[in-house]
This record gives sequence, structure tokens and C-alpha cells, in this order.
Amino acid sequence: MAEFQLNINSKLVKVEAPAEEPLLSVLRNRLDLTGTKYGCGEGQCGACTVLLDGRATRSCLTPISAAASARIVTIEGLADSGSLSAVQKAFVEEGALQCGYCTSGMIVAATALLRRIPKPSDDQIVEAMNGNICRCGTYPRILEAIRHASQHSTSGGSQ
Amino acid sequence: MSHACDFATALPDSESHRLPAVERSATCQVNRRTFLKGLSAGLLVVLTPTPSWSQESGRAPGSHDLPQDIEAWLHIAQDGKVQVFTGKVEVGQNIRTSLAQLVAEELRVPFDSITMIMGDTDLVPWDAGTFGSRTTPTMGPQLRNMAAAAREALLEIAAHQWKVDVASLSVAEGKVTNPATSLSLSYGELTRGEKLFKVVPDDPALTPVALWKIAGASVPKAAGRDFVTGRHKYPSDISRPGMMFGAVLRPDGFDATLASIDTASAEKLPGVKVVRDGSFIGVVALDAFAAQRALSAIQAKWTLPPQPSNSGIFEFLKTHPDASDASTPHVSGSVSEAWSQADLKLEAQYTVEYIAHAPLEPRAAVAEWNDGKLTVWTGTQRPFGVRDELMQAFNLSQAQVRVIHPDMGSGYGGKHTGEAAIEAARLARAAGKPVKVVWSRTEEFTWAYFRPAGLIEIKAAARRDGTLTAWEFHNYNSGPAAIGTPYMVPNQLIQFHPSRSPLRQGSYRGLASTANHFARESHMDAIAHAAAIDPLKFRLQNLSDPRLRAVLQASADKFGWAKMKSTPERGFGIACGVDKGGYVATCAEVEIEPRTKKVRIRRVTQAWESGTVVNPDGLRNQLAGAIVQGIGGALFERILFFGGRIQNPRFAQYRVPRFSDTPAIEIVLLDRKDLPSAGAGETGLVGLAPAVGNAIFAATGVRMRSMPMAPGSALNHETSPVYRS
Repeated sequence: MAEFQLNINSKLVKVEAPAEEPLLSVLRNRLDLTGTKYGCGEGQCGACTVLLDGRATRSCLTPISAAASARIVTIEGLADSGSLSAVQKAFVEEGALQCGYCTSGMIVAATALLRRIPKPSDDQIVEAMNGNICRCGTYPRILEAIRHASQHSTSGGSQ
Repeated sequence: MSHACDFATALPDSESHRLPAVERSATCQVNRRTFLKGLSAGLLVVLTPTPSWSQESGRAPGSHDLPQDIEAWLHIAQDGKVQVFTGKVEVGQNIRTSLAQLVAEELRVPFDSITMIMGDTDLVPWDAGTFGSRTTPTMGPQLRNMAAAAREALLEIAAHQWKVDVASLSVAEGKVTNPATSLSLSYGELTRGEKLFKVVPDDPALTPVALWKIAGASVPKAAGRDFVTGRHKYPSDISRPGMMFGAVLRPDGFDATLASIDTASAEKLPGVKVVRDGSFIGVVALDAFAAQRALSAIQAKWTLPPQPSNSGIFEFLKTHPDASDASTPHVSGSVSEAWSQADLKLEAQYTVEYIAHAPLEPRAAVAEWNDGKLTVWTGTQRPFGVRDELMQAFNLSQAQVRVIHPDMGSGYGGKHTGEAAIEAARLARAAGKPVKVVWSRTEEFTWAYFRPAGLIEIKAAARRDGTLTAWEFHNYNSGPAAIGTPYMVPNQLIQFHPSRSPLRQGSYRGLASTANHFARESHMDAIAHAAAIDPLKFRLQNLSDPRLRAVLQASADKFGWAKMKSTPERGFGIACGVDKGGYVATCAEVEIEPRTKKVRIRRVTQAWESGTVVNPDGLRNQLAGAIVQGIGGALFERILFFGGRIQNPRFAQYRVPRFSDTPAIEIVLLDRKDLPSAGAGETGLVGLAPAVGNAIFAATGVRMRSMPMAPGSALNHETSPVYRS
């Protein structure tokens, strides 16, 4: 066990955990930030995606020691004082979810994409999002929501 | 375990005489749901048990006692807020929204005044579970009746108070109004802070579909905001004070026996407790990471018996019948006679492999014991079934077990059972603390159950002009749903043959219907080609059912079927079917890379009809999702197993559909407001595989007879068609 100071959603949080414990486990089980989901534990499904210094990162494969120096943003940190981000709004408006379990990871991954490429082509969206699995099969609506968010926000999906 | 007449005693005697719609029940028994006593004043709408209610479809657990208590369905509080109680669960199919729409419509209240209480065994009436596309056709009318009865009761109370005729009053937006006096009373004012109690009549006046305002509209998903902000708590997100984390030691394979075990080093880890209970071995720890570490510190050796593998599985299923589950064939006319006289004969075998549901949220449960009472939060399609499992596992009474279902990360038929619930409860009992168990992806892929593999054999005969004369259809192991043919064939022999499956198998979204449609619609396509008749024309020629003809035509029209000409690189296919009250027709366009034989589905057009549409947007979402999910089983999903072990229990090894596999999808909804609503969760899946297989044939001349058709992206084994004419 070691003590880490994490910068999560613009707040400094102290947490004790083994250095090799995945960030996902720390977020969910030690900090009760359960918006980030477990889906596979091997970086194949994207349910655990968080932003690490703005980059979409699989928290299931990131040990806490590697996240300690980064700015971490989780799904809980995307809405700006209660007001939904452009991507979150677009997901609601397009009805781009069914069970919603993949939604956090999808929204975080799309947010990172739109920060990097504010007006992505469909091919760029598919390439960036292909590591995120939706078993309910809502891909067409998620694609539409990301297009929608990119059109309605000059700053892409930023908060 | 009954409390006599809690509601009746709550009803003030002095008031009851002036409320004609509100009855006292002298015989009521309230079993276990003492919570109802705690509800605020208002109107509680209940149903006394009727035989029809308990006959709801599906496999009701054998040990279940029919409900002998009063079942409460609806409560209207003084502030006008409405609580609706149902044992159905929300798993992404959007019934939390669509059922609330139906209630809001009948009750004449705003949609957002309704809270659905779902799948909590202490709070809701018993229910067999959420499967078989049954929610919309059974729970929909049930809740409409309750809401309509409540509306009638409120009208009667108002009429009595104003001393006017009920028929002179109008009701809207949670208020009863007397147009003559312009006076109005809200539902809360009408109930005046009293606990009122209404038993529904058999036939409350339902609102005609043509007048629907809230039902039938694309109301957005209830609490949609909670899902995009991460606030919604799924079963695996539940946390309890003092909660510990558990993990279970899994055998090395199926039917393994423990040869030796050493738990000493696991037990030395700080805060770790190893729990042994018969053949059950698990650990609890202060955190999830420590629990996993403790588990890997256990040294166990297992002995595995020899067992079947993928190789030869279809032969195995055919030669290992399950006599305990034998079914009788459907026979009409004489297939053998028609066969001997036919111009055109076609005989073939079709196969489907075992596949996994792989819901993105694996099985999860949190269990807590308090004074001998067990409460479990878990993801399941059968909360009452899981309650029964827990009662049995721990020898508890109904009143001692409560199962709560937080809307889960889906199931697709894969979460009928309570494995994680029992494991968490066992560990929690041993630890004396609440315990959470979340299955790993590998556990979910291995220790859940699978969609059955199946073998289907078809013999079909037709006249030279394409008129079907004989249809013989045998399904081994996959299942009997939609096994019949919707086409006009005078001579039929159709039979399901259950097998002794080597893998644990169970329900799946559109389970046997998918296999039976794949086989039948592929075979129909083959006959059409053998008779040199356009596949759409051939189907219509042999089809009288107007609803199926309508979706077939609608799909073909929207797709532009008549103009599509297949080439070796691009094929067009069509298929149709009906199951569970849903009519579907699917057209697919596939692209085949000539050298590598890689297949990509480029475009899918699907027409759908399931009676009256309750929420068009939600229905489109379900149908598009079904198509995408269907791509997996059609092209590449299959469980590989050998020697009692699953060989591909990870997403890196078991390919599921992704963004890059998704075609352009067009949905055509036929809204039949003159017909009752059927369910739409499953049958939207069944047209995709045969449409794709038929498109592949149109391009390549190779008939696809095995699902998945292109594992590893390229076309599966080539089989030459067996034409006999």
C-alpha cells in the first residue's frame, strides 16, 4: 500500500492503494466513482475509458502509479456545474443508448476525439471509437450523436 | 406470513360510506409487503389474484406459489406523484419509459409524474421474469387496466363530492374538472390525504389508441441524464456501509473435481478471509484488488473428465437425444408422398454454434444479511426466480429474502439465473459484512450459460412453377420457437429434437427463432434459385399471411429490391419471418472482397410490424440494435471449447460487432393501430442472418449453411448445394 495524490475532475484526492492496482479499481472501489465501468479488464471494450491529460485512456490497464501525475477526468467530471457537455447532450438528444453501460466510455472517448479533431469524418469517428463495444448495438446512433456534437460545438466536445 | 387487511383498517370507517368506488376488502391478505403500509396517503390500486395472471408465459419456477395476497400496482400520492409497481425489469429495452407512457396515458397525468418501481421483490407483484418479448403484450395491458381503473375511481369520487353525474366530468393533467362550473380538483385533493384502496373491475374503459397523446409518442428515455453523467447505479455499482469484496475460486474446467488445495498463503494476506462451504471456495477482502490477489494465491489442482468439443458437435447433438424433453412432431398431409411426386427437391443441413451473450456488465451482486433477513442487489431478468434460488440455497422463507434489481447492463436472455447473488450471499454470511461479487469477463464467458448450438435438417419440394408442396424440418437442440413455416405448404413434418448439450445452455435473445429462420429462409432462397424465380416473388407466391406480406413488400420497396443486381463483389439478399407477434422482413447488401473472401455488410433495410407502436423511437432503437447484435452471430461469434474449457473467453478472442462492422441501417415501421401491441425485443434479430447468407449466395453462388458464416472475417467453409430435380 502506498499513498497517492490524484487530480480527479479538478479535485485533489488522497488515496491508499498498491502501486500496481488499476486506476479503474481505485476509482470504482476506493473512491466510489462508479460512472467508469468494468467490461473486460484487458483494454478491449472501452467501458473504463477516462481522460488522462485529455487523452482517452483505458483505466483498467493503467496502474494508479502511472496516473498519479496526470489530470484525470472521468464521466462524472464532464458536466460543467450541472450543465451537460456537448457530447452528453447529443447522446441524450439522439437517444444514443439502450442499457447505457457502455455510455460513459463512449462519451469520454468521443470527448477526447472531438478535442483532437473538432470536425471528424465518419471514418475518423469509426477509427477512434472502434475500441469501444456496445453490446446493445447502438453504434449508428452513437455515430450520429458524435456528428451532432461536432456540429453544435466549435470547441468539439469540451466542457 | 399474512397481515390481515392492512389497507382496509387504514380506511376510515366514517368516510368509507361516501366513496362508492372505494371498497373495503374483508378477505384481503397482505403477504410480506408491509411496505405498503408506509406509503403516503393517496389512492392505491390493486388487483385480487386471478388465475389468468399467473399464467403469464415462460418457465415459471416450479416451486412458485401462486400469489394469494393483494397485488398492488399503482399508488397516487397526495402530491399527485404516481408510483407504478411491476416485476418486469429494465435492461435497455426501454420499458421503464414505454410502460410509464401507457400509465400516464390512461391516468391522464404528465409522463414525468410517474416513477416505475421495478424488479424489487419486496415492493412489486410477483412476476415470472422479463423474457420472451412479453412485457409489452402482457404488462402493458395490465398496467393500462390499473391506470384506467384509478382514473374511473377518481372520477367517481369527484362526482360524488360535487353531486353530479360522472359522465359530465372531464379529466386531464392529473385533475378532474366539471366543465359546467369550471371547478377542478387535483388527484391529490380528491384523495384528501386519506388512504384509499380500489380493486379493479374486469373491464375498465381503456383509451382508444386513436386518442393517445403520450403513449404512441417518442418520449425520451426516462432518466436519460443519469446515464450520460455516470450517476445511474448499475448492480455492479452498488455500495453498502462496511461492504467487503468477494471472489470465487473457479474450477479448471467443466465438471472438474478438486484434487488438492492449499489456501495457506491466501489466508496470510492482511484482511483476507478464505471461505469454504462444501464445494464452494471463495475469498473476501477489504478491497476488490486484494480479493483477486488472494484468489490467485490459492493453489488448487483439478481433475477433468473427458468431454466433447466443437469438433463433431452437431453429430453429437443429433445422436444424444434428451428423452426427458421429447416433443411431438407437427404433421399435415404426407411429406413422403409429395416428395416422391415433386418436380423440384432440395435437402440440406444447417448449423448454428454455441454463442455467448457477453452483456457488457457481467454478473454482479451485493448481499447483506440483517437479523436473518437477506437483501441482494443483483442484475437479473428474473428477480423472483433469483429470490427462489436464494431461499433454496439458504433455507429461507420468502419473507427473509429480498432481491432488488437496479437497471442493469443488459442480459439478452443471459441473466435468468442468480449465481453471483448466491455467491455474494454465501460470502456475506461468512464475513458477517455486506459483500460485493462482480464476475470477471472470463468468468462471464465461461460460467454463465450459452445460446444452444443446433443442427437443422430440411427437405423441401416444389412444383416447377415454384409452388411449395412439401416441407420437412428437424431442429436438433436449438429449440422450437418459430419452428413452423409461415408459407403455405400442404404437406408438413416439423419436429424439435432436444439433445443432451455438453455445454450449459439457456435463453438468448431470439434464441431458436434465429436458427430456425436462418435455416428456413436460406432454404427458401435456395429453392427460389433452383426454380429460377426471384426470391421476393417466390416468397410472396407461397405466402398468404397479409401481415408478413406487408413487411416483405415494405422492406423490398424501401431497399429498392427490384433494381438491385448482384455481382461477384456485391450481393443482395432478402428474408422474412414472424415470431412472438412481431413481423419482420430484412434486405441486406453485402460486399465480398474477391481475393480474400472478406465479407462486409454495407446496408440493411428492415421493415417491422408488431401492432400498435407504443414508442416509435424506442422501437427503432431496439430494431437497429437487434440488427447489429445479429451481425455477431451471423458472421463471426462462436464459442470454442475443448476438454471442458472455453478457449476464447475474452473479447480479444471472441469477436463481437463493433463500429466498423455496422452497416447503414434503415428501419421501416408499420404502425397497426388496429392491432394490440406485441413485444419487439427479440424478433428484430432473426431476419439479418438469412438475408446476409442469401446476399452472399447471390454474389458468389456459395450457399451459407453454418452460422457464423465468416469467422475471422472471411467466408466459412464452402459447401456445394444439393439440388435434386
